[in-house]
Amino acid sequence: MMNREYDVIVVGAGPAGSMAAKTVAEGKHSVLVLDKKQEIGTPKRCAEGINARVLASLDIKPDPRWAINNIRGAVCYSPSGNSVNTDLGAMGGYVLERKIFEKHLATQAIKKGARYMVKTNARKVLKENGFVKGVKADYMGEELELKSRIVIAADGVDSKIARDVGIDTKNVLEDYHSGFQYEMAGLKLEEEDKLHIYFGEKIAPKGYVWIFPKGDSVANVGIGILGKLSSDGNRAIDYLDRFIGSHPEIFQNASPIEINAGGVPMGSPLEDMVDNGFMVVGDAAHHVNPIHGGGISLAMEAGMIAGQVASEALDRGDVSKKSLQEYQRRWEDKFDTKLKKLI
Amino acid sequence: MVASVDRDKCMYCGGCVSICPTDALELMETFIKVDEDTCVGCGSCIRFCPVGALYEKDE
Repeated sequence: MMNREYDVIVVGAGPAGSMAAKTVAEGKHSVLVLDKKQEIGTPKRCAEGINARVLASLDIKPDPRWAINNIRGAVCYSPSGNSVNTDLGAMGGYVLERKIFEKHLATQAIKKGARYMVKTNARKVLKENGFVKGVKADYMGEELELKSRIVIAADGVDSKIARDVGIDTKNVLEDYHSGFQYEMAGLKLEEEDKLHIYFGEKIAPKGYVWIFPKGDSVANVGIGILGKLSSDGNRAIDYLDRFIGSHPEIFQNASPIEINAGGVPMGSPLEDMVDNGFMVVGDAAHHVNPIHGGGISLAMEAGMIAGQVASEALDRGDVSKKSLQEYQRRWEDKFDTKLKKLI
Repeated sequence: MVASVDRDKCMYCGGCVSICPTDALELMETFIKVDEDTCVGCGSCIRFCPVGALYEKDE
């Protein structure tokens, strides 16, 4: 597996990376996916909500093994306790079990012919004549040189590989949310088929608290606050603990079964998502909805578009920046005007 | 000063990595690596950390 040259190497086996890999494999090109973690899908950095429309547009059929709770609407609460209850209609969405969902996406890519390696940390690219030609990766204490004609960086918010190419994926505190979440069991929720969103500067400055039910008294209970407004004693964890303490009617008998944290890129998507033989997708490219901070759907669409453009570029025999820019054009056509309106 | 990680508190989410202006942080599988030669002590990661696992350490 390690010694051959691939058409495409994808760094990161999250939703963006696996969508890209599946699409490249469907285009009859060889693809290797590297993930630095020993288990795909964990730890989760996500509230796990997804729109049914997005799954349909990606041709993914919801499966009760990972689409574990059907969502019909959302209830938004103001600081004074008023609430607005909305119905999303027949389409609605799902709360996912992302650990299973990500493995499912990887499985679909593998069934199409993609190869995967886990516990393999790709930190640097190989370069030749100004073109990215593969990656250097650590696997079980050994340094590998893996060659490819295109590298797709889907390595998340802490992306290293794009920076090595010279694409600045950094975030700043003014545009970056500090996130914290408990998955809890034993909640007393009135409506388990709705998302519950709590707003207020005292509850979550420049962000919100969410309760995304997974059914059977379980839910993701999380918070995002603006990074700039985080400080000792007033961090995401502190705000969330205070919120939970102030709602005994929901949380009196609840306990955490998992803790998660993470950073959410809320600024504009990258100016430059491509280089010669190189593409960036998902969180690494700041593909996040700036209103609600959701990223799965934008990331998966980016992965699919990148996979299509990579396949077409390989067919043409032209993997230059100019050729791969088609990915950024299509992505921006689909999302940029929408996102810019929101900002 | 340089940034340092309290490994008992860290959730290894990697959120701090992307706001480091000098690329001094890296998420390995279950820990954050701080390159003390590269860290300029700006404190961005310390402010951001959702759980307060990063702190100032004298060089």
